[in-house]
Amino acid sequence: MNWELIFSETLSQALGPTAVVYALAAIGLNVQFGYTGLLNFGQAAFAGVCAYGLAMGVLTFGWPFWPSVLAGLVGAALLALVLGVTTLRLRADYLAIATVAAAEALRRLVRMVEMSPWTGGAEGLRGFSDTFRDYGRELGITQNLRLGPLFFTGTNLWVMIVGWGLVAVTLLVVWLAMRSPWGRVLKSIREDEDAARSLGKNVFSYKVQALLLGGVIGGLAGLIQGLRFGNVAPDQFHTTFTFYVYAVLILGGVARVFGPVVGAVLFWGIYNFLNQFLRELEKLKVLPTSILTADKVDALVFILLGAGIIALLIFRPQGIFGDRREISFHVR
Amino acid sequence: MSDDELTTTDLPGRERARAALADVAAEPGVAKPDPILVVDKVIRRFGGLVAVNVDHLEIQRGSITAIIGPNGAGKTTLFNLLTGFDRPQSGEWTFNGQPLQGKRAHQIARAGMVRTFQLTKALSRLTVLDNMRLGATGQWGERFWAGLLPFVWRGQEQEITRRAEELLTWFKLDSKRDDFAGSLSGGQRKLLEMARALMVQPQLVMLDEPMAGVNPALTQSLLGHVKQLRERGMTVVFIEHDMDMVHDVSDWVVVMGEGQVIAEGTPDQVMSDPRVIDAYLGAHHNGAAGTEDGPEAAKTEDGQETATEQSAAPDRQEAE
Repeated sequence: MNWELIFSETLSQALGPTAVVYALAAIGLNVQFGYTGLLNFGQAAFAGVCAYGLAMGVLTFGWPFWPSVLAGLVGAALLALVLGVTTLRLRADYLAIATVAAAEALRRLVRMVEMSPWTGGAEGLRGFSDTFRDYGRELGITQNLRLGPLFFTGTNLWVMIVGWGLVAVTLLVVWLAMRSPWGRVLKSIREDEDAARSLGKNVFSYKVQALLLGGVIGGLAGLIQGLRFGNVAPDQFHTTFTFYVYAVLILGGVARVFGPVVGAVLFWGIYNFLNQFLRELEKLKVLPTSILTADKVDALVFILLGAGIIALLIFRPQGIFGDRREISFHVR
Repeated sequence: MSDDELTTTDLPGRERARAALADVAAEPGVAKPDPILVVDKVIRRFGGLVAVNVDHLEIQRGSITAIIGPNGAGKTTLFNLLTGFDRPQSGEWTFNGQPLQGKRAHQIARAGMVRTFQLTKALSRLTVLDNMRLGATGQWGERFWAGLLPFVWRGQEQEITRRAEELLTWFKLDSKRDDFAGSLSGGQRKLLEMARALMVQPQLVMLDEPMAGVNPALTQSLLGHVKQLRERGMTVVFIEHDMDMVHDVSDWVVVMGEGQVIAEGTPDQVMSDPRVIDAYLGAHHNGAAGTEDGPEAAKTEDGQETATEQSAAPDRQEAE
């Protein structure tokens, strides 16, 4: 068994661009779900709208790079406002229904054949990250990097530098915000919004602000996802993306500043470890083909991941970083 | 327990409130000499049921007013309406002369009229101190961009913390300041909720069954605190079932039945009013302040410790 390959692949992926995308999406979700208690099941839509804003800005409308990035972020913010203003006055479950429905509706809208002149339909759009790559080239980041077991291509390295940079900036913002009185109001809304209201807090406004901040950070995840291959397609922003982000957040620890980052690295690391390990195991032919064949590896990885998350929720519901004492205070 | 040992002469607020209300006639909707809250024709229907239909009600400034009435009389619904947590079909009310109908709950709280809830709402996964600090209004750091810049709000935060610690000491919760509010006992949560409401610096405090589910020792402490609110110049309106407590603490009693104000008066007047005995106290009433009668049964409805559990040792200690 090629352990060197397994570990090299696991560690490189755990720090690679996909982990960055999940980390950013989970930081955004942490603001909404972790700190404010908002059930946003449409984080994929926030990432998708932002990625498509960039792609359509460059390719469909022929705008320069930076205005297109801005258009993407404004798109994510608008989505937050529309969803927030329409549903946040209602009971908490309505936001969950509205966000999951909006995410699916948007994805299907973008996929439609009739939309392909603008959105590229099911194939999506390709080739809008030239400006982004040029910035990397100008800084001389073109060489592949081999560092012990780690290996990254020059293109990925540039994506990672920008991506982890964005992670650092958003973590700083979230950390500052959550130790401020503003963050205290968000947490009070999570605990009991009527109590917050009775103390003179405009709960509706704070919920919209939390959805907005988390949605824009989720948009950054979409930007990195798009810039990585210079390609967006509707199925990258399937509802399963949102559920992976929830898995990442729960794994790392809800309402902890570093929870999403640790969760993303572990989630994507474990996923790749299982994937590589099972592929190597399959080559040895030690397990009967009724359990393991090459085409069963993908399904098996998800079965094991799912079982692992269930075990985590049973034995460590607070996640890696959480505080067990907090879990015991489920009032109501 | 200095609060409880105060004699009549130590309570100038009570003397003032009782003197002001001495000449007020005991009839529903009567005008008060200096009302802080005036309610007019407030009607709330749930489908065909008229839950609240208050024609006119005035609350005297600086007094403690009890609202009593059987279950389903509309007491809590009236609280919800007046504090913006529910909307009436019609009616208007003014607080300090300022009309409040159509205002939302947080605006009413900021105007100086703060409520607590029958089922205590401690913010479990916030510390006791953070629960308190949340109550302060007009915090600069509660705006997003200002919140990111600690130097903008740090000075104000220190001032708020000082005020919070003062109140925690007064409510004997100072030793719990860094504990999660979720780890407090039921009675301590009641104390915390009342202390937190005071962080808003209200002129009018509306307490929805502050003594429900609290053991007798802690009840004395809570009663002492309610009386002290009046001494500190605040107006208190509270819902209560226990006639002993109502008699002990309130200057004025408003009786509700089927959504309407059916009687008003001093505790003595109300308790000898045949309409009240009919509508509320019923056949069980023995003429004096009822103690072991029916209304008390409602105290246990939120599932916390019952009033008779005198052996609940942990709570008794906190009250000392």
